[in-house]
Amino acid sequence: MPKLVLKHLLAIRWFHWVNFPILFLMIWSGLMIYWAYPIYHLGPIQLFPQWLFALAGLKFRLAEGMALHFVFMWIFIANGILYVGYTLISGEWRYLVPTQKTAWRDAWHVVLHDLHLRKEMPPQEKYNAAQQISYTGIIVMGLGSFVTGLAIYKPAQLFWLATLCGGYESARLIHFILTMGYIGFFAVHVGQVILAGWNNFRSMVIGWELVKEGEKS
Amino acid sequence: MTNRHPQIVLPDGELQKDLHKKSRRGFLLASLAAAGAVGAYKAVRLSADDNDVPWPQRRVLDFNGKLWRSYVDNDHLMPSYSASDIGFLKANGQYGLDEEDDQGNQPAWDGFQLQGPGLKPITLQLADVQSLPHHQMITKFCCIEGWSVVQQWTGARFADFTRKFLPPGASPTQYVYMATDGEDYYVGLDMKSALHPQTLLAWAQNGKPLTYEHGAPLRLIIPVKYGIKNLKRIGLIRYTNQRPSDYWYEQGYDWFAGL
Repeated sequence: MPKLVLKHLLAIRWFHWVNFPILFLMIWSGLMIYWAYPIYHLGPIQLFPQWLFALAGLKFRLAEGMALHFVFMWIFIANGILYVGYTLISGEWRYLVPTQKTAWRDAWHVVLHDLHLRKEMPPQEKYNAAQQISYTGIIVMGLGSFVTGLAIYKPAQLFWLATLCGGYESARLIHFILTMGYIGFFAVHVGQVILAGWNNFRSMVIGWELVKEGEKS
Repeated sequence: MTNRHPQIVLPDGELQKDLHKKSRRGFLLASLAAAGAVGAYKAVRLSADDNDVPWPQRRVLDFNGKLWRSYVDNDHLMPSYSASDIGFLKANGQYGLDEEDDQGNQPAWDGFQLQGPGLKPITLQLADVQSLPHHQMITKFCCIEGWSVVQQWTGARFADFTRKFLPPGASPTQYVYMATDGEDYYVGLDMKSALHPQTLLAWAQNGKPLTYEHGAPLRLIIPVKYGIKNLKRIGLIRYTNQRPSDYWYEQGYDWFAGL
């Protein structure tokens, strides 16, 4: 018989959907700040050329960017702490954290499967190994953004933290790389959600997923 | 491990009906939450400005400032560097500095005013500051734009200056205000940061007297603040218990601007 399964708990759905616009706002305001000193290159390629800032309307908005970044950071941090705390207390972390020894190999097999280079998926529970590594990795990245962000924000008061990050410039670079990582995560995540289909997406909104006969819940 | 999450098993028709009901409810609530979030964001962004920042954001920025101010400590220092780390510091702001004349002569500087509660205003000269113990440090000068340059500075600690020129018995104030002559550029500082051991009234940069564009003859160097607070060519120092205004604060930047 088909059944409805409560796939995503209410609290998790809230944390997810609060994070989405807040992270967007942190990146957007971060770009306003980055505009004032956009130094990073990939070889000869400037990562954010002036025309891109102009196109996005992000020029000459440093003060505005800081006034957004250092206000909405509170929601970003609070939401992250609540999410991690909730997954730990509720036991949801067991689905999310790759604890099996074969996680990396499984994740690679998932990637091959998704690229149609491999037929069968490795055995999994709620999330496959690639998802587990992504969803755990993104939390570690969030922690990294928090730590490097603090180091850039207060390199004198938190001089030990800036030192831990390899200094002021290094903290800024890591903070930037992590941000690019979120953009990459977002692209893959949205792509996968589209491929997974409506039933899956709907469950992130309403919680419940329709599981047909014989399908794994 | 079995899925611990609740499940509903119903005959097919009823299951679809239940799913539609849950769907309607879920998406309606999600739309309301999204609309609420957009509304709240718009309300914040369209609030009346307080010094060029919507006031709810300004409140949070001021809260952040107070939080970090309470954490400022004489032992929390900007790291020191060696002479080989010294880089080139561009002159990034000429606010409050008058143009040099056609012959390249700098406008005259006749010392700076010192004011404060219970203090008879006096004019002090460079020699008055240089009579204090000299300190030299090689620290990072951080611009609010995001870049930073290591520089060597020579000057007297503002803490020593305050000890000497604030008359005995005069109570220490919460803030200090510094400005160029004519107050075209001005900064407000919390006293804890001002009295920090790395805060100098500096007259030399990288072993040479300050150039005009870097604030000759006397400027503020306060490594625990962004460059915007490092006032050039001091014309006025005023102790005060009211939070002084600040040039860039009025343009929408954080008042505290501390590192």
